[in-house]
Parts: sequence; C-alpha cells; structure tokens
Amino acid sequence: MAELKALTALGGYEPRVDEFAGLIIREVTDRALASLAARLGSEADCAAAAKGLLGAVLPEPATWVAGGDFTAWWMGPDQWMIDADYASHTLLAAELKSVVGGAGSVTEQTDGWCRFDLEGSSCFDVLERLCQLDLRSGTAGDAQRTALEHVGCFLLCREPGRHYSLLGPRSSAGSLHHALMTAAGSVL
Amino acid sequence: MIINHPILGPRDAQEFTYLGDASLIERPDPQAENADETFHDYVYLRDNPAGEHQELWYHEQGDRSWLVVTRNTLTHEITDVQLARDAARARGRSK
Repeated sequence: MAELKALTALGGYEPRVDEFAGLIIREVTDRALASLAARLGSEADCAAAAKGLLGAVLPEPATWVAGGDFTAWWMGPDQWMIDADYASHTLLAAELKSVVGGAGSVTEQTDGWCRFDLEGSSCFDVLERLCQLDLRSGTAGDAQRTALEHVGCFLLCREPGRHYSLLGPRSSAGSLHHALMTAAGSVL
Repeated sequence: MIINHPILGPRDAQEFTYLGDASLIERPDPQAENADETFHDYVYLRDNPAGEHQELWYHEQGDRSWLVVTRNTLTHEITDVQLARDAARARGRSK
C-alpha cells in the first residue's frame, strides 16, 4: 500500500503557524465537523438527542457551547455545527446520526472547512480590519457567521480580544490566510 | 442600510442579498385548471409601489435565513422584518 500523507488546507505537511508581535495565527487541522439540522416537527426530539451526546444543550443563536469532547455552534434556525477531535471522532457524522436518528439531518463537514486560530493581544485590531462584527462588545461564547475577505466564515470567540477561531471554506484557505497575514502585517 | 434581523439583531445590508417582491411566497397551484394563467402572472407581474414594499432578503453572509422585509422604497426606511418561514406559515404556506 502506498504511503499516503494528508496535506493541510494550505497545502503543507504540517499545520502552518505564523507569529507576529502580539498575534499567533495557527492553522488547525485536527478537528472533525458535522452539521445537524433538526427536522420539521422533531425539533424537541433532536435537541434532546443532541443533548445526550454533547452533555450540553444545543446553543442559542450566535453562540457556541462546549460539552465533553464536543463543541457545537449555532449556524441558523434549527441548524448547528458539531466539532470534535478528529483522531477520536473520525466518523463524527455517523456517530451523530446514530444518536439523533430520524429527528435530524446530519451532513459530514470535516473536509469542507479550514480553520485558523488567532491568539494574542492584537486580535481586535486585526479582525476589525477584516469583518463587520462588533467584536469589542462581544463575549466568550459568541459564534457569528460573517463575511471576511468576501468569504462566508464562522468566527468563534473563545476569549474576547485574545483568542478566536475562524472557519472558512477549505477551498478559500489560501485567500483567508492571505487576508489574515495582510491585516496582521499592516497592524503589527 | 441596517436590517434588524429578527434573531441576530441589527446587521449591515452588505451581508444580505435581495430577491424581490415577497409575493413570490404565494406560488400558485401547478395542478390548477388555470395554472398557465396564474403562473404567467406569478412570474411576470409585479407591483412597483412608491412607498411601503414587502420584499424577500437572504442573509447570505450570516445565518442563511430568508427574511420578509417591509421597506419604504422612497426613504429606504425599514419598518418590519420577519423570518420568511414565519411569514409564509402565517399566509398558510408551507407546513
């Protein structure tokens, strides 16, 4: 069998890390993703089943929650994204589907997205040049979808001003990374 | 222009795309006897009011929900925003 080696969204063998004074941009590749949409009329069953798996109630609009191995954020009315460690939850979509059954529709999302984590004291300065969200009044637990470099992205606030996760379409990873590098370069 | 999203609060109009008159919700019955006539009207005939207008907007760079926005075409004042699925159900559409 040929030795296959996975490439990251940016095309490298290892996740890319870029360091600036006051900001670290890390490519994150070890997450499994699946989306969950509650089916019409089964919203309560879907929420109860998901709570059993996550150990937390599915998040309210524009927020994310962490429960056990999982992170979940609100994507739209009756829709959520579920995130877990890739190594221990490689088949996340199947796992989720076996829990929610006919009450929800599950879609594998792992390879559809790229993720960059921003950490450091300059997050506000960099992100406010890139998107329209009012991040300075945001709190930990916010999860918003917005346009960044004309690309629809999710932005999760882990610690206001210091730690954010940005998820965008994998095929736009290069453009998003370029936008982040350009904004960071102009600020720092 | 700011659209006051019913779930997410005020969001910039740049995040939205515009579809058109909210009467598009009232899709006629394709099995009806006069379907060709009603579909002609549905597809081609629009009111073009100078004043209050109900229209469909899509929150493309947000939560991907469809909205029914009541906007004054003269002043761009937005007086009401509803989720399109709620508006459609209120009109007896959908399930």
